[in-house]
Amino acid sequence: MADTVVGANPDPHAAGDDPNRRDFIHIAAGVAAVGLVGALAWPFIDQMNPASDTLALASIEFDLGKVVAGQQVTVKFRGKPLFVRHRTAAEIAAAIKDDHAAMRDPQTDEERHKPGKAEWLILIGTCTHLGCVPTFGGGEYGGWFCPCHGSVYDTSGRIRKGPAPKNLEVPTYAFLSDSKVKVG
Amino acid sequence: MSGHSTYEPKTGFERWLDTRLPIVRFGVDLMDFPTPKNLNYWWTFGGILAVCLGIQIVTGIILAMHYVPNADLAFNSVERIMRDVNYGWLIRYIHANGASMFFIAVYIHMFRGLYYGSYKAPREVLWILGCVIYLLMMATAFMGYVLPWGQMSFHGAVVITNLFGALPVVGHAITTWLWGGFAVDNATLNRFFSLHYLLPFMIAGVVGLHIWALHVPGNNNPIGVNVKSKEDTVPFHPYYTVKDGFAISVFLLMFATFVFYFPDALGHADNYTPANPLVTPTHIVPEWYFLPFYAILRAVPDKLMGVILMFGAIAMLFVLPWLDTSKVRSMRYRPTARLYFFIFVVACIVLGFCGAHPPDEPVIPGVSGFQLLDSDINSFVWLSRIATLYYFGYFLLVMPILGLTETPLPVPESISAPVLSHPAKAPAGAAASPEKRG
Repeated sequence: MADTVVGANPDPHAAGDDPNRRDFIHIAAGVAAVGLVGALAWPFIDQMNPASDTLALASIEFDLGKVVAGQQVTVKFRGKPLFVRHRTAAEIAAAIKDDHAAMRDPQTDEERHKPGKAEWLILIGTCTHLGCVPTFGGGEYGGWFCPCHGSVYDTSGRIRKGPAPKNLEVPTYAFLSDSKVKVG
Repeated sequence: MSGHSTYEPKTGFERWLDTRLPIVRFGVDLMDFPTPKNLNYWWTFGGILAVCLGIQIVTGIILAMHYVPNADLAFNSVERIMRDVNYGWLIRYIHANGASMFFIAVYIHMFRGLYYGSYKAPREVLWILGCVIYLLMMATAFMGYVLPWGQMSFHGAVVITNLFGALPVVGHAITTWLWGGFAVDNATLNRFFSLHYLLPFMIAGVVGLHIWALHVPGNNNPIGVNVKSKEDTVPFHPYYTVKDGFAISVFLLMFATFVFYFPDALGHADNYTPANPLVTPTHIVPEWYFLPFYAILRAVPDKLMGVILMFGAIAMLFVLPWLDTSKVRSMRYRPTARLYFFIFVVACIVLGFCGAHPPDEPVIPGVSGFQLLDSDINSFVWLSRIATLYYFGYFLLVMPILGLTETPLPVPESISAPVLSHPAKAPAGAAASPEKRG
């Protein structure tokens, strides 16, 4: 830059190649501009992340009393379906039997429910492939089947067949009492 | 843009303005632009596309006056446009079908470029700008389809945004960022509306660059030979304004046929059901213009690989100028390449066909093939795998290798030569009948 200056200004490098005041100003101004743009970019990017009110509404309480054995209730949780499944003994047995079968995302049934609460399976009801809602009772593993691209989940919500990479997600939840859970 | 200007200001005011803002000169030179005299009707799609963009922007601005971008109100506001707003049905049907018409025209425009080698030097930047326009069009169309907030809108948005979730490590953070929440919801709808309004103007901007880049080397033409003299060209106006005008009229006839007689033929009935996050439609498919890419996505049993291949299919277009090794532009003189090209067109249509069907459905009903790896050989998933293989093979193998091994037909010396000086030597069907397709 400085080398191309012509006219009244003397050649800033005439006395040697040492960086002089003009070079310093150019570099400092450039760095300041880059830093400013970088600092301003973050608010403009971060504004698209979930807002405080969205985060504040992020947990729900659910009364398990109304779900009888063999039934599944779907509630809306964080804009997505939440499966609350009251499993039958047969479903639990089927899930435990396959604990050591070859699986894409290996997990035992024990790891997918709260200790001593094997009958309650609580899952985020979106296929881990591309987010469609799987339907219960489809597929050859007695669990869920996703109508979009044919992923099959077993009675523990583990991926057994199809393009989905992961088991159905177990959300963070806790039992407030024997018949009440807080999800989120 | 085109070398020296032919404009001579006639009045005192024109001279005054010309030295301050030479806008009249700009317009006159644009209309006077020397254009190869042998352009056929495949070259009219640029003009048709400009009209499509204009129609979408005008109808879109009007729809935005009545539409409400809120998850609770959006669906009903669209129904209100259809039932209560004066001529709202007409404007919305023009806008919805206009998106499809836009894509029909852009696909023809792109295949024309592929066939006549319009992407080759010195038009690489022109071609890449076209690819950028195509990408922006896809983003705009996708977000526009989400706005009515019907079942297909909603679950289409879920599936497409989840594609980014396939990325390792950052995938989850990116989808949350795109959604502005934990799922596709009101925040998502709001930002999609904002971007759907913005992107068409960005498209218009890139179209400006596209035309600028076109006017530096000038148009390619059906024989792919550079313009050699003034004899090879005619002024854009009136020759191509009239030709384009006629083609635009015919195109608008087809457009109007859809709008007035088959307004919902290109849409999905499911989208007249309000969005319900708890139930996914049993058969979810994107709009027809995305079907080939959707088929590529589903052809791969691995989520990340499927997403990579789908985006890779579009990336192929960007690098095509450097994949094609042939010195001959027009496939009119590349008989072997022409054959591969037509199979490529068929492969794209087959992929679209596959994308519209469930992967496990048999291609030939009632016939059971044999199990190959994960699926029956007589299924759309295998058909789409074969077509996907050809799609990539065309770009990565045929284009580089064929250019080095094939023997092209003799190429005419100039645009005028075959018809003016050596009619006997002209290859059959060359410039003698430029109105016919290759």
